[in-house]
Amino acid sequence: MMKLTFKTFAAATLAVFCIAGAPALKADGHAVKIGVILGFTGPIESLTPDMAASAELAMKEVSDSGALLGGKKLTPVRADSTCIDAAAATAAAERLVSADSVNAIFGADCSGVTTAIANNVAVPNGVVMISPSATSPALTSIEDKGYFFRTAPSDARQGEVLAKVLKSRGISNVAVTYTNNDYGKGLASSFSSAFEGKIEISAAHEDGKGDYSAEVAALAATGSEHLVVFGYLDQGGKGIIQASLDTGAFSNFILADGMIGESLIEAIGDGLNGTIGTLPGSESEGAQMFLAHAKANGVNGDGPFRGESYDAAALIALAMQASGSTDRAAIQSKIMDVANAPGEIILPGQLAKALNILADGGAVNYEGATNVEFTDVGEAFGSYKELEVKNGKFTTVKVH
Amino acid sequence: MTDAANALVLFSNFVLIPGLTYGSQLALGALGVTLIFGILRFANFAHGDLMALGTMFVILVTWWFQDLGISINPLPTALLALPFGIIAAVIVSILIDKSVYKFYRKRKSPPVVFLIASIGVMFILNGLVRFIIGPNDQKFDDGARFLLKFQDFKILTGLKEGLAIKLSQGLTVIVAIVVVTALFLFLQKSRAGKAMRAYSDNVDLALLSGIEPEKVVFYAWLIAGTLAVIAGSLYGLDKSFKPFTYFSLLLPIFASAILGGIGHPLGAIIGAYTVAFSEVTITYAYKKFLKYILPEKWEPDHLVQLLSTDYKFAVSFIILVVVLLIRPTGIFKGRVI
Repeated sequence: MMKLTFKTFAAATLAVFCIAGAPALKADGHAVKIGVILGFTGPIESLTPDMAASAELAMKEVSDSGALLGGKKLTPVRADSTCIDAAAATAAAERLVSADSVNAIFGADCSGVTTAIANNVAVPNGVVMISPSATSPALTSIEDKGYFFRTAPSDARQGEVLAKVLKSRGISNVAVTYTNNDYGKGLASSFSSAFEGKIEISAAHEDGKGDYSAEVAALAATGSEHLVVFGYLDQGGKGIIQASLDTGAFSNFILADGMIGESLIEAIGDGLNGTIGTLPGSESEGAQMFLAHAKANGVNGDGPFRGESYDAAALIALAMQASGSTDRAAIQSKIMDVANAPGEIILPGQLAKALNILADGGAVNYEGATNVEFTDVGEAFGSYKELEVKNGKFTTVKVH
Repeated sequence: MTDAANALVLFSNFVLIPGLTYGSQLALGALGVTLIFGILRFANFAHGDLMALGTMFVILVTWWFQDLGISINPLPTALLALPFGIIAAVIVSILIDKSVYKFYRKRKSPPVVFLIASIGVMFILNGLVRFIIGPNDQKFDDGARFLLKFQDFKILTGLKEGLAIKLSQGLTVIVAIVVVTALFLFLQKSRAGKAMRAYSDNVDLALLSGIEPEKVVFYAWLIAGTLAVIAGSLYGLDKSFKPFTYFSLLLPIFASAILGGIGHPLGAIIGAYTVAFSEVTITYAYKKFLKYILPEKWEPDHLVQLLSTDYKFAVSFIILVVVLLIRPTGIFKGRVI
């Protein structure tokens, strides 16, 4: 009796899942599964729902067009990367690849788990994986056999952009402080090799300390007037800025993406006016179109890594169409072709058009929400917004 | 002449004032450790987390007051909440003593057993604080931020270098002076204070002369708890409140107490300022300072920094190791641990 009840329950649950989770799934074998692996729990759990929704928006757009390989549908299968637990992320990806037999993977999010999934699951199984948000420079040189891509640029590029911004503003003498981890060190080293002026001091700071006045004192002793902070806005980076303003050591700050957020201005106040910084993203036509397109479909596209997510999912679908097959290896062979020139430029909301061009044997150059342009190793070249704090708000000055 | 003045201002802004503040905070912490050692004869490892617990109570009451709209602007509301935090922390300390340390006192356990028990207490308090208020930074300072702003100072004096004094820094030094004076008066003049000193000097003799041991122990926790909450709250106001930073304060606090001679109150204070100034002066980069006072051709190119700021805590460690090796009794001939 007990057993029967359980079976009924299981069947009912399964039925509910099929109805609720996969409305697009039809029994005609036309469904193609795409893994969506993001940190739905963990430190960035507030960001991931909208990233997943943006990716699934692209998949829905493709499915609804009916143009993918004669009317195939894309079905997202979600999994949890946890952002920090490499073992859990690997297990979740393993499940996607073997039990759910997905044709490609969208994700993962944080650099650490992304590396783990790429090395342990995606590359050995020959499954394409496109991350929307892993930015560690280390991912450029992993042995990916051409299966790992990312629509987020490497932090190595951000250092160069920041160096360019400083040059254009005539700032030639800076002190640098970075958070003592891979993110901070990577950014500091790419910045120092690109910066043409003089770096008086480049010192690490530990996150989570109570007091940063000694660090600031050492930075200030150099006599430099500009302080470059590669850290986190709710961690040591904030402490450094607060201590600098308190002691009058620095009043001009230069920030990278980890430090950009309204909460920093809330915590520090007026002292930040005039601060400059860089953040991945653009204000291009594609970005505007993505915002409108997302809004029209009930997705909030205004936030970090959402455009990148849409683009990553779109690239998977276009590569599928270009190769004329849903085969894992075939998808891999066409990603670079659809992402880069030559071909007709494709912006968000134009996926149906792109699918039709590809079906007719034409070529597309997917630009999407973030001006996708892949480097030789399959990562976004990246565009950055140059920001400046004016009247207590981060405002975009220029796009690089 | 202006160069010398600039150098002096620079040095005050980055070394003297931060060192004085930090030293005062350490002194209040080290006094608590040293008192417990004097009376109960063990190194109380839970002191850092007692500071965190007490500060947590102060923060909670501060938030409540802020909600009610009670304030003593320009002074921080936390000052008003301080007595509540002290009461709570003292009650917790005495409850812990009754439930943990008293058991070992009755058995006349050796000090090392107390020390291990205090590590257990430390973990419990540690967990309790994280459970109630969480592991993150908490903001509870309000009121005016500065006594003297560096721009104002520059305008006032016309010097190139500025001097900033935060209200919390001034408050720390003043409160520390008041508390330490009160403590010494209590120990020297009051009956209970004299009893404590007698008990600390020679337990058997004190017991023979009719001093009640449990009363002395009660006073010890009362004072240690009070000092812990005041030290913790001042540190939190001046820097930031995060449970983990209080745990890591334990090292400089012990270094201070041992350097001064553990069990010796005056030693704890001297030790605290020595540790604080060692940390700040050794990790400060003197480049700009020397530029002001040295003739032009002697100006240094490099930072003139003895140790990177990453090694700030190493300074306490070095002091601790050197003192234990060379003069285990500390400056003032305290007890040997």
